[in-house]
Amino acid sequence: MDIKEIIFWSLSTIAFITAIYTVIAKNPIFSAISLLVCFASIAGHYLLLNAQFLFIVHIIVYAGAIMVLFLTTLMLMNLNEETEKHKPAIAQIAALVIAVALGIVLMLAVRKANVILTMGPITGSIGDVKSLGTVLLSEYFYPFEFISVLLLSAMVGVVLLMKKDKTAALK
Amino acid sequence: MESAFLIEKGVIILVVFGITMLIALYSTFAERVLAGYFQDRLGPNRAGPGGLLQPLADGVKMFTKEDFIPETPNKLLFILGPGLAMTTALMTSAVIPWGRQLTLFGYTATLQAADINIAILYVFGVISIGVYGIMIGGWASNNKFSLLGAVRASSQMISYEVAMGLSMIAVLMVSGSLSMHEIAENQHGFIDWNWHGHKFAWPSWYVFKQPLAFLIFLICAFAETNRTPFDLPECESELVGGYHTEYSSMKLGFFLFAEYVNMFISSAIIAIVFFGGYNYPGMDWVHSTLGGNAETIIGTLVLFAKIFFFIFFYMWVRWTVPRFRYDQLMNLGWKILMPLAILNIVITGIVLIATGA
Amino acid sequence: MTDYGSISLTGRKIDVSQKEMTFSEKLYLPGIIKGMGITLKHFFSKKVTVQYPDEKREFSPVYRGQHILMRDENGAERCTACGLCALACPAEAITMTSAERKPGEENLYREEKYASVYEINMLRCIFCGLCEEACPKEAIFLTEKISNADYSREGFIFGKDKLVLKPEQQVL
Repeated sequence: MDIKEIIFWSLSTIAFITAIYTVIAKNPIFSAISLLVCFASIAGHYLLLNAQFLFIVHIIVYAGAIMVLFLTTLMLMNLNEETEKHKPAIAQIAALVIAVALGIVLMLAVRKANVILTMGPITGSIGDVKSLGTVLLSEYFYPFEFISVLLLSAMVGVVLLMKKDKTAALK
Repeated sequence: MESAFLIEKGVIILVVFGITMLIALYSTFAERVLAGYFQDRLGPNRAGPGGLLQPLADGVKMFTKEDFIPETPNKLLFILGPGLAMTTALMTSAVIPWGRQLTLFGYTATLQAADINIAILYVFGVISIGVYGIMIGGWASNNKFSLLGAVRASSQMISYEVAMGLSMIAVLMVSGSLSMHEIAENQHGFIDWNWHGHKFAWPSWYVFKQPLAFLIFLICAFAETNRTPFDLPECESELVGGYHTEYSSMKLGFFLFAEYVNMFISSAIIAIVFFGGYNYPGMDWVHSTLGGNAETIIGTLVLFAKIFFFIFFYMWVRWTVPRFRYDQLMNLGWKILMPLAILNIVITGIVLIATGA
Repeated sequence: MTDYGSISLTGRKIDVSQKEMTFSEKLYLPGIIKGMGITLKHFFSKKVTVQYPDEKREFSPVYRGQHILMRDENGAERCTACGLCALACPAEAITMTSAERKPGEENLYREEKYASVYEINMLRCIFCGLCEEACPKEAIFLTEKISNADYSREGFIFGKDKLVLKPEQQVL
């Protein structure tokens, strides 16, 4: 087993354990932190595939921005167990059913999918910034721009919501 | 070759670690002395000649204090907080080029721990993780002041990271590379400038090409390192001690120390990205007359001189500018610095297309 | 009618105004640079610190510090325990017990009556110097010595061991 495989297996184990702990942890803070570790180990997988840009953007966006906001919100909430409302039984059953259904769909999708397990040699420049930028702005130009327009509209929507709320409060 | 490479990088990492620690240690001392000088005082000068052993005395004091852990449900996170803050503070130094090649006993070593082609993004990634130490520590303290400090730290750092990243994009458009080494190399030499027949030669540092980006980056660097005038996460007058209210002994020491390490590293980044790094006027002349090693050593010394200037600048600003109010901080970050940075990107793009670069 | 708004006792009154900031004021940077110039000027200015144990400030000629009980030219204590100093003391810091001089103690005490116990509570003392003025025998004086710090309140009650002039210190 060479060093890459050792890293791969340890990263996978960490990602797997933390992903499960994210779901089963009683304390939401611990849940968020283990999700953070999970993100970090998945980012490590990107690095193993020589996708450095994806690795660092994954860290910046998920670990650096989204999880910080999550944690900030969680920290400001009252996390006492006494105030925690127990969901009614019907909601619990519904959640279980939906989770099982989603799991079945995912499994079917994986079974149907044409999985490529052969791993070719990783060339040096496939994941770096230059080739990624070239591909994004040539081959995938239209999807890229559509996504940016989508994000822009989301931003405008958020600003609009905030403004509306403010004027309503003033009246 | 493989083992020689590992030894080279190991030595560089150890030396950089040692120097970072030493500089952070003496930054605490320098801060106190400079604070004194700015306020017409002398500062600490009792321990050792000129007070030079003061950091040692501070360290001994820190170690011998009672290590108090408050009534908290998460002792693990409480301990993890300062550790994380320190780790992330030290991690950034991996991609900083401290100089050019140094040839020792026929072996050529590059004075950089890792020359990766996404170095700038790596720096941003580590900075964005750096807030977790403060957040986790502040939350685990089980204290409302600590929590407020932690929340302030997180929102402040996210806000200023945006403007910081956008200001850096303009620089990257000029440099065409994300590697710190290449950014430093690109600033080698001079720009010839013709003004009414008079010829001037400026060092081709990015601060002259991107003054606005430099200004935005500088302000954001202050906010990211939690230094005055943006030290809201730990402001004594409002939040007792902010996120480190409940910390004592070396855990507190780690938090305080991480701030100085951050200051050193961000000074290094400013010096490399905007002030030419290890480049200095007359570099080629030194190379041709004294050889490559002399050029590298002088270059490294020049880099450290620039870094020390910026550390001084940090402290200078700290003892001049009072703290911002929280809404002013957010207004500055989102409504002023971010649009300015985007404007800078647009202008840079137009100029680059117009000049056909 | 007096315009009370224009009264300024110090002559340094400035009216607060809420006028719009100019563009350069809104930029903040000129102000910050100006402020940094001021701090840099102070950086190089002369320091006001007096490094106490190494260098001491000159006392004023009328400085009043710790008390001392004097001896006469023969080395005998001048104090006769008349109690006038304790009476004069506004802070009631002085207490004393008098005793009669025994034969053979003439070289120790000048008068027939002397103070066997003489205590000044340095925490109460306000160093006004009225004891000095009240003394008819020129026995108590306030010196330039700064009275020492201590860890306990008891340590601030100075007895004769601390107050009486040591024979070897006497200058004739």
